[in-house]
Parts: sequence; structure tokens; C-alpha cells
Amino acid sequence: MSSDTKKVLFGPIADNNPIALQVLGVCSALAVTSKMENALVMTIAVMLVTAFSNLFISIIRNQIPSSVRIIVQMAIIASLVIVVDQVLKAFSYALSQELSVFIGLIITNCIVMGRAEAFAMKEKPGVSFLDGIGNGLGYGAVLMIVAFFRELFGFGTLFGVEILPLVQNDGWYQGNGLLVLPFSSFFIIGLIIWAVRQWKPEQVEKD
Amino acid sequence: MSDSNSKKKETFGGTLIFVFIICLVCAALVSISAVALKPLQQANKLLDKQTKILEASGLLEKALNPESLKLAGSEAQSIVATYNKLVIAKMIDLDSGEFIEGDPNEFDERRDARDINKSIKPVDDMAGISRRANRAVIYFINNEQGQLDTIVLPIIGSGLWDLMYGFVGMNADLNTVQTVIYSADFKETPGLGAEVLNPKWKALWPGKKIFNSAGEVKIKLVKGGAKAADVHGVDALSGATLTSRGVTNTLHFWFGKEGYGPFIAKFRATAGEMK
Repeated sequence: MSSDTKKVLFGPIADNNPIALQVLGVCSALAVTSKMENALVMTIAVMLVTAFSNLFISIIRNQIPSSVRIIVQMAIIASLVIVVDQVLKAFSYALSQELSVFIGLIITNCIVMGRAEAFAMKEKPGVSFLDGIGNGLGYGAVLMIVAFFRELFGFGTLFGVEILPLVQNDGWYQGNGLLVLPFSSFFIIGLIIWAVRQWKPEQVEKD
Repeated sequence: MSDSNSKKKETFGGTLIFVFIICLVCAALVSISAVALKPLQQANKLLDKQTKILEASGLLEKALNPESLKLAGSEAQSIVATYNKLVIAKMIDLDSGEFIEGDPNEFDERRDARDINKSIKPVDDMAGISRRANRAVIYFINNEQGQLDTIVLPIIGSGLWDLMYGFVGMNADLNTVQTVIYSADFKETPGLGAEVLNPKWKALWPGKKIFNSAGEVKIKLVKGGAKAADVHGVDALSGATLTSRGVTNTLHFWFGKEGYGPFIAKFRATAGEMK
């Protein structure tokens, strides 16, 4: 794998993370991170949508009339999201019941639009596809970290497996009610951004 | 698009044609996936409903025990086989309480509730459902000896954020509860209202009575915990006052005169021959 490919694929995880550095897609990161399973499915869905929307938009990037390019991007992204929702309903009904609302909102996830506009409109299809996968990974990395803390300390479970037995199930752990609610993700995401910028000071904005 | 100039020079017609083609392709993609996956989605939906009905009647464990699983092949097949063998769905008219003709599989409560000719506006809308369909499907479950064992009644009512759909499994006396099962596609708060799905809470229901000896609906979720001797009281969900109130109101509505009340009265009066 050449270093360029590597940078496109893995760069978004820490160096150019869509949530931590680009600050895109935070809204959905709040909503779907109460359970790790949900976060994982959402990650895969966003990764697929970003990758394929980048691919298709890149293929027709020279044909898209610039006056209507945003609408064309939206049409492609929206179609892909509907397909993902349909597939989920067909193959994982229980998850789709919980996630259906948020899957629909991938359309408005700024990461997808942002990458289409900033990357796929300029670059070749192959590398655009990888960029989509990479940004999906970066988004997913943050989602999984947030979901890890929220599920473990909010529900006492990880991927539904009991780690800290809850008081209401005759255990000893009193679940943290704050972490169960979506806005608690703000704190965790804030701490992640702080940690990443401690580690990579070049990400800190200049005054 | 047709020639290489178009990317430099945009024409009105060219843009229009381009947008038209994109729309066509996207529409085709969406339609194909929707149509191709529909059978699978409907099967999933039906399976989910049948699972809930079996759970409400206490048959789910039996359907999922190793022996049945081995016989049927998979979890889904075992559920469908158990359901088809033991559950009989029948349509009733809620106002008269009579059985009516109709295909229970075709019936969609929410569709009927939107149709002004097929639904009413309840006088006392405790459950917060706005409109109630005139018809309902109820499920009869016979035991191995062919005697009526359990009746499962669907319920709908507002929780804190939105409607909650559920099933109540009842003994054949239509008074003793076996359990209350809610469907997971609600919007209740995780950890609080969503605890209606907690098995510990569901285990509080068996043996509770809906009606008192005078025939009044007395079932209630009790904040702070029900007394052990209280046959009408079930512990409320801690931290979820409004969801708990929603559950109580939903039960009061559906077992009242605008819910299954007329059916229950008729069923008791003619018990035996209706089965």
C-alpha cells in the first residue's frame, strides 16, 4: 500500500478525524451512541454511504453542472441512504426498529456531504472511495469510544453483555443516568478532542 | 455529457438532461431495492409480531427450547411453526364485541384508525390514541389438550414520547394477566421508560388481576412499589412516571367499554361456545 493510499484511508482516524478535527457529524454521534451495537451498525452504514457516494460522485464529477452540483450530490446520497435503510429492514429487523430514524438522518450527516464536496468533486473514483471508507472509519472510531463509555457506565453492559450488574437486576452497580441520555456524548466527545490535541498539538487552532 | 465541451460550457438544456438522467437512475435504484427486499421485510415484520404474541402467551420459551429448535431447524422456523400450530387469530368488532369475518393477516390497526369510516374518536381517550379502529384482532391459544389456555389482546397507548404497541397475555378467565409485552419500536427513554422491556419488570405481571369483583378496571402501576398482597398493583418503573402512567391508562382504556369491554362481557356470558 503506498503512503498516499494509507494517508487517505487511515488519516481520518486520528490526523484528520471528521468529528474531532473537522467537527462534522456530531449530531448523529450523540443519538446513536447509547449502545455499542447501534454505534457499530451506524458506523458501517455511514461508511458505506460515504464511500459509495464519493465513488459515484467522483465518476461523474466532470459531467456535473456546477450550478446544480449540491442537488445532484444530495440525490445520490439520499438514494444510497434509502437503500441502506431497506437492506437493514430486510436483514436486521430488530436493529432497524431502533435505528431507522437515525439511518434516515445520514442524509443530513455533514460528513457525507462534506467529503463529496471537498474530495470527490476533485479526485479520481478509486481514491475517493477510499477517502469515504477512511472517513467512515474515523467517524466510527469516535462513535465506538463514546458508545463504550456510555453503554458501560450507563447500562453496565458492552454489546449487550453484562459487565457491571445493575441494581434493578439485583446487582450492585447504579447505572449513570446522565450517560444514558444523548447529550452526555458532548462531554465524552469534548474529552476525546482534548486528548487527541494533547497527543497531536498541531491540530490546535491558532488564535 | 455527450461531448467534452459540456464540462467547460454549461447549457440550460444540458443541465436539465443531466438532472433528469440522475433522477431516473436514483429512482430506479431506490425502487429496485424497495421491491426486491419487500418479501424479506414483510417476513421480518410478521416474525416479530408472532414472536411477541408467543412471548405474551408464555410459549416463546417452548418454541426456543433445544428440542423444538432441532425439530424446526432455525429459531425463526420454530417460532413460525409453534405459532401456526397453537395460535388462532380472530377478528372482532370492538363496539359490539362480536366476532366478525375478515382476514386477520390483512388487518392493519393503524391504517383502519386513519380511516374515518373504520374508526371512532373515543369519548374518553385515556390512552391518548386520538382514533381507535372499530375492528381488532385477538389471539386464542389452545393447550395441548385443545382447551382454551390463553387469550392475547393487542394494546396501543401513549407513553412519554410516542405511542407504544404491546400485547397482554390473559388467562381464559379474561381477568388474570400472564404478562405484558411491549414492542421495542417505541421512543421511550433508554434506562427509564424503556425498562418496560426489562424481563424483571415483565416477571411482575403474572397473576395480577385486571378487574375487581365488581367488574371495574383496577389494574395500576404503583409508584414506589406495589404491596405484595395487591393483586391489582404492579411496581411502576422507577424514574419513568409518565411512561408508567401511560401503561396504566392504556390498560384502563383497552379493558374499558371503548376497548375490549363489550367483547369481554359477551365472551364471559357465552363462554365455551365461542371458542
